[in-house]
Amino acid sequence: MLQYLETEAEAAPTPTANADITNVSRRGVLGGLLGATGLVLAVRLTPANAREALKPYPTGGLKMPNGVISDPHVFIAISPGGDVTIVTHRSEMGTGIRTSLPMVVADEMCADWSRVHLVQAPGDEPKYGNQDTDGSRSMRHFIQPMRQCGAAMRQMLETAAAAKWGVDVSLCRARDHTVMLLDKDKKETGKRLAFGELAEAAMALPVPAVETLLYKSPDEFTLMGKGEVRIVDLHDITVGKAGYGADVRLPGMKYAVVARPSVLGSKVKSYDAAATLKIPGVHSVHEIEGVFTVPRKFGQLGGIAIVADTTYAAIQGRDALTIDWDASPNASYDTDAFTAEMSATAAKPGKILRNQGDPDAAFTKAKDVVTAEYHGQHMVQAPMEPLVAVAHVVDGKAEIWASVQSPYGARKDIAEALKIPVENVTVHVTLLGGGFGRKSKWDFMLEAALLSQKLGGTPVLLQWTREDDIQHSFYHTTSVERIEVAVDDQNKVTGWRHRTVSPSIVSTFKKDDGYQFPIEYGMGFVDVPFDIANIRCENGQAMAHTRIGWFRSVSNIQRAFAVQSAVCEVAHKLGRDPKDFLIELIGSDRNIDPKTSGFPDDFWNYGEPYEEFPINTARLKNVIRVAAENAGWGKTLPARQGMGIAAHRAFASYVASVVHVAIDDDGTIRVPHVTSAIDCGFHVNPERIRSQMEGAAVMGMSNALYSGITFKKGAVEQSNYFDYNVTRMSNFPQKVDVHIIETPETTHAGGVGEPGVPPFAPALANAIFAATGKRLRNLPMGDKLA
Amino acid sequence: MPSLTVNGEVREFSGDPNMPLLWYVRDMLNLTGTKFGCGAGVCGACTVHLDGIAVRSCQTTLADAAGKSVTTIEGLSADGEHPVQKAWRKVSVPQCGFCQAGQIMQAASLLAKNRAPSDAEIVEAMSGNICRCGCYQRIHEAVRLAGGGV
Repeated sequence: MLQYLETEAEAAPTPTANADITNVSRRGVLGGLLGATGLVLAVRLTPANAREALKPYPTGGLKMPNGVISDPHVFIAISPGGDVTIVTHRSEMGTGIRTSLPMVVADEMCADWSRVHLVQAPGDEPKYGNQDTDGSRSMRHFIQPMRQCGAAMRQMLETAAAAKWGVDVSLCRARDHTVMLLDKDKKETGKRLAFGELAEAAMALPVPAVETLLYKSPDEFTLMGKGEVRIVDLHDITVGKAGYGADVRLPGMKYAVVARPSVLGSKVKSYDAAATLKIPGVHSVHEIEGVFTVPRKFGQLGGIAIVADTTYAAIQGRDALTIDWDASPNASYDTDAFTAEMSATAAKPGKILRNQGDPDAAFTKAKDVVTAEYHGQHMVQAPMEPLVAVAHVVDGKAEIWASVQSPYGARKDIAEALKIPVENVTVHVTLLGGGFGRKSKWDFMLEAALLSQKLGGTPVLLQWTREDDIQHSFYHTTSVERIEVAVDDQNKVTGWRHRTVSPSIVSTFKKDDGYQFPIEYGMGFVDVPFDIANIRCENGQAMAHTRIGWFRSVSNIQRAFAVQSAVCEVAHKLGRDPKDFLIELIGSDRNIDPKTSGFPDDFWNYGEPYEEFPINTARLKNVIRVAAENAGWGKTLPARQGMGIAAHRAFASYVASVVHVAIDDDGTIRVPHVTSAIDCGFHVNPERIRSQMEGAAVMGMSNALYSGITFKKGAVEQSNYFDYNVTRMSNFPQKVDVHIIETPETTHAGGVGEPGVPPFAPALANAIFAATGKRLRNLPMGDKLA
Repeated sequence: MPSLTVNGEVREFSGDPNMPLLWYVRDMLNLTGTKFGCGAGVCGACTVHLDGIAVRSCQTTLADAAGKSVTTIEGLSADGEHPVQKAWRKVSVPQCGFCQAGQIMQAASLLAKNRAPSDAEIVEAMSGNICRCGCYQRIHEAVRLAGGGV
């Protein structure tokens, strides 16, 4: 809000002014200015086409490796003919970010989108800033630098025009790929210079300091917030020309697959490749040493690579190979036994991570205690494109092409593995055929690089099969979440005790102590937004016996499932409407104060400064109301149909989903309708936000009903899409309505890729309960009721 | 020597007749629009047309294709203006895009024999094609739209 007030004072007077009534529920009123009343109306007098000085604000982007960069010389080139080339530096895996960030630059600099070309950056974070495309961070961290980049370019073009015309720069205004000359009354004179005519002079100017930048006001946006830009690869995708990892072709390139151990940590004892080498098209067989020191990080598993003229010959060669594997300490890993162990741990007190009030006293005095335990199996990301990388390592230099979420992290590790300087490694980023977290781990690229090196410089395409993908992932963790809720004799919730037991991702990076780290317990666990006087969150120990990694929305999956199911269970016990009860439990409009709410000192707010991205209960309740209203919450439904609701804040965005379920006569669980509301702050590309939310419902349904990875004797029991099931068109959420909350924001953007996933499963479980009275507490729930 | 037609061009093939068509078009003809998703005929990413009918190219050997006509996504239309392709763009179906060639080939095959499929017929025809990004709602809409001729 303050930023707008400052702008009004600075804005040049113009003949007309737009009175703009803005619903200011948030920024500027946060931090206690507003207190408990929530929404206020502010009237903002905006001169038409005013440009605003926006106060820079800190984001977690500054703390990411290599931070953020906003230099137009890095991201923009303008040809004398006027074509604008914008570098897009984050990985495209379906969110649309490859299009959306350049769109911000183009809009802010007043470029004509039809004259914009994109170039995908190679992995080079010192140059482009952080490129690790995960954590729903791209827009959150780069909306500001990309607006700065575009605004600086625009001002440089205007300054160049001013010099050419010999006038003051205040008389030069960029619009539609040109700079217009204004008269002293700031009216258009009709004189214009095209961007191409100004490019050389503009690029020779110093980049204006951030403090001197003026940004477009929302009424001047041509691309941002409009939802009319199609993803740049749309045409290529529909004609088969879009380039993914496996589509790279180099002269003399060979194809390879690798046989890896079925149990994590097994080493090759011996192998017999005689039959393999007889297969036509098989070229050679090589052992790839694994990384066996713990933590393994993203080190390759090790195994035997088969190099051939085609992928087919390589796969045949692998089938013919005999390998004797060493025993591994992980060979005892068994899902059933481990789940029972986690459950026993969850029944006992664990390490206290959040304590507010006196939960013990609350439970002692309680009239009723509702206790429920929720289980989640491992899952695998299983993007449609299996892992693949092309490597060409020759003369101490390496060139890699891969569908990778984090090209610079990969580049550094590849340099280390090949023992060559990082300057000698180039990582090109292709389109990613889905990622969901798997492709931010680059073990597959290390394999390809090491293999090409062994081949003495022959380029090689190393392809993972679907079986490899399902059986050698970094898995979404398995979990037990136990929740106890104390209710007093006034039917008021007085105590909340939540225990989480789940092998930690941290085991991939550090010596495993069986406990979770802030990133995991910050995802819907210690940050429960409820107005309950006495809250305790505990973490019980669970050691990892497989590689654990992130999966779209990570720990939020099991947390939202448990928390939002439990709230509905308590509502039922008290005879309350689940939606009203949820809103009531969240309580008054406020920013939750972590310091007075017993949050741990190391509370992780998705990496964001809390003052900029606080937990705001008004926004959370608002998405609940919007989703409920649009779903027709409370209407009478036919027998064996029901609605369930769930809401969750994740990645600095707020999402609520209402799932309408219909149970077939044979027990099949169907979802005719999902109504979701998302408040992600400034929404740059609403059309892609909608598509992410639609997809989140589909992936939410996979997680809820179908997808589970189980281990027996240390090995994964599933192997392909026939036993690792995912949502298909035969049973998918038929209609997903997405409501994007309008906001006065033009900067702060929350995450979009992940936050849609967590509310789906609990909303579905709550709907099934409403339809049938059956409470399902284990993920996956199965697609048929018994 | 078996021969087949791929996107209108006659090809002679002298290698292993059991080689799946998928790897032949991708690795030997460098027609990379057809995607490898599962290798087991359960995801549909590799869908091509064999004499106009949608088949999984990972489960179709060169021997199966001998003497027949294969169409891949690159050959579906000369200019990318097949009604299904147009509908796909109009509805902005894709997210990551990887499965879309298979989805489009499947949909084109359905519409070639059934100009106006019912919702249930669309679901039946398209359920073998997985989209992990979850574009089903838009795929369904695009197939209906293409059925109307776009």
